[in-house]
Amino acid sequence: MGALYTVAKREFAGYFATPIAAIFLVIFLAVSAAFTFFVGYFLERGNADLQVFFNFHPWLYLFFAPALSMRLWAEERRQGTIELFLTLPIPLWAAVLGKFLAAWLFLGLALSLTFPMWMTVNILGQPDNGVILASYLASFLMAGGYLAIGSCLSAATKNQVIAFVLTVTVAFIFTAGGAGFLTDLISEFVGKAVLDTIADISILPHFNQIVKGVIAFKDLVYFIALIAAWLLAAMAVIDYKKAG
Amino acid sequence: MTDMIVADHLVKDFGQKRAVDNVSLTVKRGEVLGFLGPNGAGKSTTMKMLTGFLRPSAGRASIAGYDVATAAMSARKVLGYLPEGAPLYPDMTPWSLLHFCAEVRNLPSDLRQKRIIESIERTNLQSVVMQPIDTLSKGFKRRVGLAQALLHDPEVLILDEPTDGLDPNQKHEVRELIREIAPNKAIIISTHILEEVDAICSRAVIIADGKVIADGAPGQLAERSPLFNALSVVLPNEKVSQALSILEAQDQVQEVRSQTLADGLIKLIVVPVRGKLILSIVTNCLSEEKLDIVSIRPEATALEDLFRQLTVSSDKREAA
Repeated sequence: MGALYTVAKREFAGYFATPIAAIFLVIFLAVSAAFTFFVGYFLERGNADLQVFFNFHPWLYLFFAPALSMRLWAEERRQGTIELFLTLPIPLWAAVLGKFLAAWLFLGLALSLTFPMWMTVNILGQPDNGVILASYLASFLMAGGYLAIGSCLSAATKNQVIAFVLTVTVAFIFTAGGAGFLTDLISEFVGKAVLDTIADISILPHFNQIVKGVIAFKDLVYFIALIAAWLLAAMAVIDYKKAG
Repeated sequence: MTDMIVADHLVKDFGQKRAVDNVSLTVKRGEVLGFLGPNGAGKSTTMKMLTGFLRPSAGRASIAGYDVATAAMSARKVLGYLPEGAPLYPDMTPWSLLHFCAEVRNLPSDLRQKRIIESIERTNLQSVVMQPIDTLSKGFKRRVGLAQALLHDPEVLILDEPTDGLDPNQKHEVRELIREIAPNKAIIISTHILEEVDAICSRAVIIADGKVIADGAPGQLAERSPLFNALSVVLPNEKVSQALSILEAQDQVQEVRSQTLADGLIKLIVVPVRGKLILSIVTNCLSEEKLDIVSIRPEATALEDLFRQLTVSSDKREAA
């Protein structure tokens, strides 16, 4: 447990040792606000909710999460520090989980800094704050899913650009698998069973459920399983790479 | 006395290339093993397998009796490792890096500060502890890597080129440091500086093409070279032919090699017949003539000579 905390702490502090943290936070907040107001017509809709704000999150994370996760392992490999890191007495699970948690917390910090949106709707009207809270939870869980995918793919290469592109691609497949336009498109060719399976393993349907304010056990389990599966895959990749 | 470091028939293949070929060695407490070999001979790969960072294609390794594959945590706890090139987190300062390592190594908090300060002092990092590692010179980086390896006072040290990039004073300090801590530890250092092996190692292992080709005390290895107990005589150019005829007439002298030095001086390397000591014979026979001899001293390059013989011939074998 001590090693897990120490690894996460070092990684988290690492974001602030360079301008990465400041740049990331500013752009994340600016883009999420811009989407909400200019693309989602937040004000013109005249509804006191954050529906449009959260609707953009899957697409926002599609790029922001890989940008955070790409360095987790690829940078260690490129700098050679992975040799130092993996010969310290840190169990592999703690190394993988610690790095992941640092990135997740950091993205959580970025998410929590969108609180002025929440204040705005509360000033302008009487939103259902329970739904907003559930939406924040959904957004945070989804961020974890993307970062777990990114952890695994970052462990597979020493090139951060490759890690980024791979993660965006895989995350897109996981997201869009449940997006309306895609399911409409393929529903003409495949049966309902296949459609249901795609929806089951893709992120969007689960995310949309919780954003509606319905926190179902199966959706929570989905996100936890998604994160766990990709982190286990990351451990397997790192272990495989030990063979040289 | 237990074997603190054991390599048991280690093999490492990278694709078609066999980088390490059946390397076995053991290091006991109090021993400093110098790992020698040309670049690309498999030194670093062997060390990576000893630390458990790289999985061997065959064979096994253990540290202080713990198998590095099956008891990795226990092995890593008693190990201090300086990886090849001393990789370090560039954004951290030596202070924060050492703190991180101390925490990961679970040093008790009352001991932590003391150990960190100790290892900073031992490696003379006082002036840079708060600077980002990124901004440090190569020598300082190497010493931060060394400080990190020494931090927890480990029983086993594996140091990949600990003096690379250091200036002569720093090299001397690091050698003194290794000598000082050696009696209670088992240490492997890799190097391509042969005088270093003479200076601090109790044992030398020479590796070429992934194979161990010599293993013994540096003195013993030097004995295998024809240059063992050879003398070097420096004298002016015009006296060389006279000196040569005298020296070559001696029964105990196997061969005389000559090297041109600056300022019209020539160095004659007088190689004895195997097992003979020729110092008194050479000084006596040369002093009878007026040869204006500048110096006579033991030729100290026997180990280097052996190294070249063994490793150059293997290079040639590969080329052929």
